[in-house]
Amino acid sequence: MTLKQTPLNAAHRAMGAKMVDFGGWDMPVNYGSQIDEHHQVRNDCGMFDVCHMRVVDAKGDGVRAFLRYLLANNADKITIPGKALYSAMLRPNGGVIDDLIIYFMTEQWFRIVVNAGTADKDIAWMKEQAATHAPGLTITSRDDLAMVAIQGPNARAKVWQVLPQTKAATEGLVNFQAADCGEYFVARTGYTGEDGFEVMLPKEKVEAFWYDLNKVGVKPIGLGARDTLRLEAGMNLYGQDMDETVGPLESGLAWTVDLKSERDFIGKSALLANPPSKKLVGLVLLDRGVLRGHQKVVTPHGEGEITSGTFSPTLEKSIALARVPKDVQIGDSVQVAIRDKMLAAQVVKYPFARNGKGLI
Amino acid sequence: MSNPTDLKYTASHEWVKKEADGSITVGITDHAQELLGDMVFVEAPAAGRKLAAAEECAVVESVKAAADVYAPVAGEVTAANADLDNAPEAINNEPYAAWIFKMKPDNMADVDALMDAAAYQAHVDSEAH
Repeated sequence: MTLKQTPLNAAHRAMGAKMVDFGGWDMPVNYGSQIDEHHQVRNDCGMFDVCHMRVVDAKGDGVRAFLRYLLANNADKITIPGKALYSAMLRPNGGVIDDLIIYFMTEQWFRIVVNAGTADKDIAWMKEQAATHAPGLTITSRDDLAMVAIQGPNARAKVWQVLPQTKAATEGLVNFQAADCGEYFVARTGYTGEDGFEVMLPKEKVEAFWYDLNKVGVKPIGLGARDTLRLEAGMNLYGQDMDETVGPLESGLAWTVDLKSERDFIGKSALLANPPSKKLVGLVLLDRGVLRGHQKVVTPHGEGEITSGTFSPTLEKSIALARVPKDVQIGDSVQVAIRDKMLAAQVVKYPFARNGKGLI
Repeated sequence: MSNPTDLKYTASHEWVKKEADGSITVGITDHAQELLGDMVFVEAPAAGRKLAAAEECAVVESVKAAADVYAPVAGEVTAANADLDNAPEAINNEPYAAWIFKMKPDNMADVDALMDAAAYQAHVDSEAH
């Protein structure tokens, strides 16, 4: 199978990236040291090619009411133009189809950003639901747009250096808010636990944008550091920390699920009928080694499994997210099966690191 | 980095150095560390452990992945490099100096039969395609 390429493929190769197959996409995993790239984002800023992710525009009368029914989080929470909301999209049985971000632009236009690997099924599901519940809406996959994430304490200043015309419209953005600046859609969002922007722009302009950022000192960051940054920040990865076989309440996403209001949404009745028996917790390894996905976790309340594990460059310890029985508490001592050994770990509150600092 | 010509190599990407005292020193190649990326943990075999040829005997873990290290030949482990406990990144920085363990081979002819630098390079090139 031929791997799909983003418009930045040649730029990655020119910058010395090691390329890997990431869900069918030919993507940079690192350019040099993955740990250096991680610290670069926590301490200064770096840029990520996220062109493989998909931008979807939902337009028409009643778009808010449709999203209120489609998503587990409540679209009514966002009323200021540009404001964003993180949500899970569920099957009727409560399984997670995807996690996504919606941006409220006008009462006729919400922008949605979904994961790369799930984009086609997400759009098919949205269209299927719209056909029944909001036939006047248009759901458009914006394949004409590219996306770059610029993250780190100095990220916004670097973007303004390259795109000074966007500064007036974006310097007042609060966290999780976007501004539509003509060709550039600039959102103060990200997947690293640092300040920064995600910029959507026409595909044919993205390579020049990437090189311009590089010229003002923004370093390219690969998927390897993207994973350690998001895990330290306690952010789920679809396909690892949740998928269609589990619900949001066992995936650390209860804070995004509104079960209290009268509002009905797809999956709600299943969530109410099936209280979760498990939950997602953070782990820090006390012994030497590295936690990895699928390792078995033995707790005082039964067995669980690591969903994502890695070495945290900020904490210089191994950390993980694990799905464990619901009675497990923060502070509990657990054991993790790594090869032929049972190693000691502790249940901790996550995120593990944000805004340049370790929190454990 | 080119592969030193005074070393022997395995298909599983270990390098082997013959020492004057009849022991051998084992590490992983530059190609292997390059594939794995930033090293964060090394678990070396204990001295005294008897190993069969190609037996899994050590683990190196990078941020990205864990990889097994195999005994290049049959023999007995005589030492593990404790310096790697606190500085696993030495494998990235100096792969041919950052040894993982030493062993006494049962039969030195087994060591002589391993690949030389040129044969190993050909092996690496063939794996890349």
